[in-house]
Amino acid sequence: MTAMIDVQGLRKEFGHFTAVNDISFSVEPGQVLGFLGPNGAGKSTTMKMLTGFLTPTAGRIHICGIDVAAKPVQAKKKIGYLPEGAPLYAEMTPASFLSFIGDVRGLKGADKKKRIEQIVEQVQLQDVWKQPIETLSKGYKRRVGLAQAILHDPEVLVLDEPTDGLDPNQKFEVRQLVQQMASDKAIIISTHILEEVDAVCNQAMIIARGRILANGTPKELLALSQFSGAYSILITSSLQSTVSASLQALPEVASIEAAPEGDELFRTTAFPAPDVKLHEVVSGLVHAHGWPALEIRRESGRLDDVFRQLTTEVGQGGAHA
Amino acid sequence: MRNVAVIFRREMAGYFATPLAYVFVVIFLVMMSVFTFYVGNFFARGQADLQPFFTWHPWLYLFLVPALGMRLWAEERKSGTIELLLTLPVSMLEAALGKFLAAWCMIGLALTLTSPIWISVNVLGQPDNGVILASYLGSLLMAGAYLAVCSCISATTRNQVIAFVLSVAACFAFLLAGFPLVLDFFRAWVPQLVLEGIKTLSFLAHFEAIIKGVIDFRDVVFFLSFIAFWLYAGAWLIDRKKAD
Ligand SMILES: Nc1ncnc2c1ncn2[C@@H]1O[C@H](COP(=O)(O)OP(=O)(O)OP(=O)(O)O)[C@@H](O)[C@H]1O
Ligand SMILES: [Mg+2]
Repeated sequence: MTAMIDVQGLRKEFGHFTAVNDISFSVEPGQVLGFLGPNGAGKSTTMKMLTGFLTPTAGRIHICGIDVAAKPVQAKKKIGYLPEGAPLYAEMTPASFLSFIGDVRGLKGADKKKRIEQIVEQVQLQDVWKQPIETLSKGYKRRVGLAQAILHDPEVLVLDEPTDGLDPNQKFEVRQLVQQMASDKAIIISTHILEEVDAVCNQAMIIARGRILANGTPKELLALSQFSGAYSILITSSLQSTVSASLQALPEVASIEAAPEGDELFRTTAFPAPDVKLHEVVSGLVHAHGWPALEIRRESGRLDDVFRQLTTEVGQGGAHA
Repeated sequence: MRNVAVIFRREMAGYFATPLAYVFVVIFLVMMSVFTFYVGNFFARGQADLQPFFTWHPWLYLFLVPALGMRLWAEERKSGTIELLLTLPVSMLEAALGKFLAAWCMIGLALTLTSPIWISVNVLGQPDNGVILASYLGSLLMAGAYLAVCSCISATTRNQVIAFVLSVAACFAFLLAGFPLVLDFFRAWVPQLVLEGIKTLSFLAHFEAIIKGVIDFRDVVFFLSFIAFWLYAGAWLIDRKKAD
């Protein structure tokens, strides 16, 4: 087994409510997996089971080949975990707290000191080093939580909304940090910021109502967008109706959408029929008519659209494999 | 065991980082003095022993120990740090033991600070110091038994007030387990054998045996196994329902 995180048939019920419903996936070293999903999707619940806090109703979890249910302490040694909301001991200072975590993680003496210094530098805690945690701002608390998770340089890193509450500079820093660490670790991040997935993840998973709706590289997910493969033409308003009519008439085009851009321009988007490539058809059409198109653009789709598309279908009770 | 020490140190530091340690110790000492000197008529008895001091311990612990024990787990649940603690490579029992020992140590510390009263009786007369030492030991053991019950109850809720009220009630029941008040409650619906069992759980009976100066091995074993049982039960409970 090469996967550092291996999850099979994971399920969690709270009473009659199924929060996580038969989830399976694996993460290998070097992979950064992004968990996406609407509120209440089961992201945090899944992470709590991965880290040994919650006991699954069914299913198996292996961390670096160690069964979490059978050897929880061994498995926990391999994991760094930032719980949702970054709970911390309020009366401690970052200094005493990280020292405590170092002790629990088995770091000692000069080694521990050096490691803590390094982390403090990385997440920039110097300014609040001796201040009680309860008096820290939300962003600083999050940083302490993050420092705690990476202190022992774990092989598996589970971060539940790590950039929530951080300022844009810190968000950038944290993403960089994750990328730097990614090479030899298996990392799982949950987030509501879709651009974050583009920025740090090389694998993404969309979850809703406890089920996996899509799992793949960000590129593969983008391909699920209705915009993927679509082409749009930017042209003056006066020509709009002609362009729309001609595009609509093509057998390769399934549907079109037109929307004004500014005062005198119009963008007409053509969506392809199944298994058809539109690029030649569209450019051919423009040239044949000699339309003064200002732009012909290939739409790539955005993760937002895919997310909305997939998760609202489920919300309306539609079935989706 | 290394982990127990780490948890123990963090808990201890926690007591002293907040006013909790100071408030507890001061209230402990004030209450002890009030009951010994005013209610217990320490001086008027004219005897050089600490009987009036120790007699009150079971009753004072009834409120002081739950006050200390109610937060053990309820606070961790409330603040969410339980998720942090239990995803560290620490076993449930290590965490429970470390927390328990730190709180027990606080009681031990408060108890140690009552030693001026021991010195005074030695200045005023010639007490039997063996009996006094045994009584201190008995008192500490009994406090530990109370604390273990509180720790287990605290593990079941995220609300410290509920933990406190339930702990006082439970401790009261164990305190008087051998007495009609509690026995009558059970007599109607449990078999005689169980009733005999309940009788042996009475803290008061065990404690009074010890403060008479005879440390019976069985009384010590009773308290220690009682503590072990409730700590284990608490750890088991948390393991079962960590998220609620
Ligand atoms: N201890 C619990 N008891 C009962 N239900 C729970 C419990 N914990 C979580 N749930 C339910 O399980 C579902 C999934 O919750 P979870 O926290 O995993 O969502 P999430 O994907 O992390 O959402 P968010 O994006 O808001 O953080 C929710 O409907 C929640 O109400
Ligand atoms: Mg969540």
